[in-house]
Amino acid sequence: MITCLADGFFPDVGVATVKLLRRLGVTVEFPQSQTCCGQPHFNSGYHDDARALARNTITTFAKAPLVVTPSGSCAAMVRLEYPELFHADPVWHPRAVDLARRTHELSDFLVNVLKVEDVGARFEGKATYHMACHLRGLGLLTEPIRLMRKVRGLHFVPLERYDECCGFGGSFAVRYPGISGAMVRDKAAFIEKTAVDAVVATDAGCLMNIGGCLNRQASKVRILHLAELLAQT
Amino acid sequence: MSNYAQHEHHDFLGASAQALADPTLQQALVRLTDTLLAGNRKGYAALADSSELRDHAKRIKEHTLAHLDQYLVQLEASVQRLGGKVHWAATADEARKIVVEIAQKANCKHAVKSKSMTSEEIHLNPALEAAGVEVTETDFGEFIIQVAGERPSHLVAPAVHHTRESVARVLSKHLGQQLADDPKSLAMTGRRVLREKFRQADLGITGANFAIAETGTVVLVTNEGNGRLTTTCPRVHVAIMGIEKVIPRFTDLPVFLKLLARGATGQTLSVYTTIITGPRQAGEYDGAEEFHLVLLDNGRSKVLATPFRESLQCIRCGACLNACPVYRRIGGHAYGGVYSGPIGSILTPLYDSVEENPHLPHASSLCGACQSACPVKINIPHMLIGLRELQHEREPNRWERWAYGLWSAVLQRPWAYRWALWAARVFLKRRATNGWIAQMPGPGAEWTKIRDFPAPAAQSFRDRWKELE
Repeated sequence: MITCLADGFFPDVGVATVKLLRRLGVTVEFPQSQTCCGQPHFNSGYHDDARALARNTITTFAKAPLVVTPSGSCAAMVRLEYPELFHADPVWHPRAVDLARRTHELSDFLVNVLKVEDVGARFEGKATYHMACHLRGLGLLTEPIRLMRKVRGLHFVPLERYDECCGFGGSFAVRYPGISGAMVRDKAAFIEKTAVDAVVATDAGCLMNIGGCLNRQASKVRILHLAELLAQT
Repeated sequence: MSNYAQHEHHDFLGASAQALADPTLQQALVRLTDTLLAGNRKGYAALADSSELRDHAKRIKEHTLAHLDQYLVQLEASVQRLGGKVHWAATADEARKIVVEIAQKANCKHAVKSKSMTSEEIHLNPALEAAGVEVTETDFGEFIIQVAGERPSHLVAPAVHHTRESVARVLSKHLGQQLADDPKSLAMTGRRVLREKFRQADLGITGANFAIAETGTVVLVTNEGNGRLTTTCPRVHVAIMGIEKVIPRFTDLPVFLKLLARGATGQTLSVYTTIITGPRQAGEYDGAEEFHLVLLDNGRSKVLATPFRESLQCIRCGACLNACPVYRRIGGHAYGGVYSGPIGSILTPLYDSVEENPHLPHASSLCGACQSACPVKINIPHMLIGLRELQHEREPNRWERWAYGLWSAVLQRPWAYRWALWAARVFLKRRATNGWIAQMPGPGAEWTKIRDFPAPAAQSFRDRWKELE
């Protein structure tokens, strides 16, 4: 499952995910009928819209043995919210629960399903890690860091307040630019303090927010999705 | 509208912008929340099976709320058996009248109060003062803001928005003498002033962290010992509690005591845990002669029957405030209600009104740090989303409804989605430099006030899939 943000804005993330998974011996399919998991609508309180989009996603992936997505945000939507959205629907609830069980965020899939931490990646330079908020919900507190620490050549620098939200939050960033801006500026400042070459995260939402702020400040730090980091050899 | 809110038309945007522009406040907020959040994490980490204990506490709360009617009646009977009086207050107004009447009947003139958010919620102090009762807040932080004429800006650290300099200023003015701004001597001054108030007091007013149905016991948790003085010096003690604070058995208490202080500050136990079971009994040497327990509803029983029932599990530890990246930046006053932070963003719309507080459900990135810190794991993000949904039902924003509807209609059709990706690419192409857009049109302009927006990729992933196959 690509995420709509990665599909339209960061397609390299999708390409990297496919390459990485294939390198690890996984057969990858991409059903073209997928669009968006419905999280923006769900979070904004438009639950009928979210259900319509969820039905599309559930139908799209009905036959896939496992669904992997390079996004904690979409994985959390499917795993945690879909069953809740259809809790009163005798037809769709079991389908939602079924998909929830088969869906994994990328680092979850690598570490907990494939049981690999060393994926044979190489990165020359210093990198730090920002934890996307939805990984907290999914309980994936250490998986990305464990994967990063096994990347050859990578010098890992811990980030101050690495698990504090970057201020994205979907419509929150647009509704409250002042508060969201204070959050992302703090995040960018902590990143600059680490003097790294790249900041790694698992979600396109965080990366577009943090990257947008770093770019505005003419920073030299690159944003890098975990999939992109791990795909490099 | 209840009289829950202090300001009927609170300007969230203005107040939060003001807070963001106040460097002193910013510093104080970071210092406090960093310390308390670190304490919270260490506190949980140091306790074996803290996650299971938190689940257990949640189950006790769930059970109690499901049988709230029975436990409240049991609590009433237990208190009466001990010789205490129980008063049922449906509204804040009723609660105020009850307390004023108790004071008048017992001919009380000087009240001391230990920190109680419930008494803040019902705006008790002005009512007592109007009835000729002098009221003194005895938690040092509460005392400072009482003297300054302010409201608490944090559930457990009410004067977090003050610095030692501003505390010295406020107290100097109040006492009519110039005080040095060092914390120790300020605290000693406070102690001296408050001891005198305790000596004079004939009425002690407290909240209740917990009330035990089985035994009629009220439990107070403080760090300054003022709760103990408030309940032992004056001859009359009035405890005011929200009806959700009842717990069934005495053996449930340790579960919550283990979690409350850890959640709030990281302490294994607060400095003082005061356990009061009824008024002074024959042969006892201390305690109030009269004990009154006020059970406050003020909208709670209505919430009980809604999907927001989980909010009644809150034990008011303040952990969600310390963990919240929004609270950490705008502080408590920006929220407008008596309760602030993530839990306040739920309580204020529920008890005041959704319509009067349109920003609170949205002023959150839904990052979930609150739930992780909460001793009873309240799913605050879910309830914020629920309030957003409720808001759409009550006061639909037609333009927004239409926009989300259109967006969803596009996303439900892969061909339309593909077309929209193409349109966005063409539309935004000219605006981009090096993959980033410095100025977006429409609602996106709010985004680019702060940071750049990524340019849509020249080729979407779905278009590139063909080469990958």
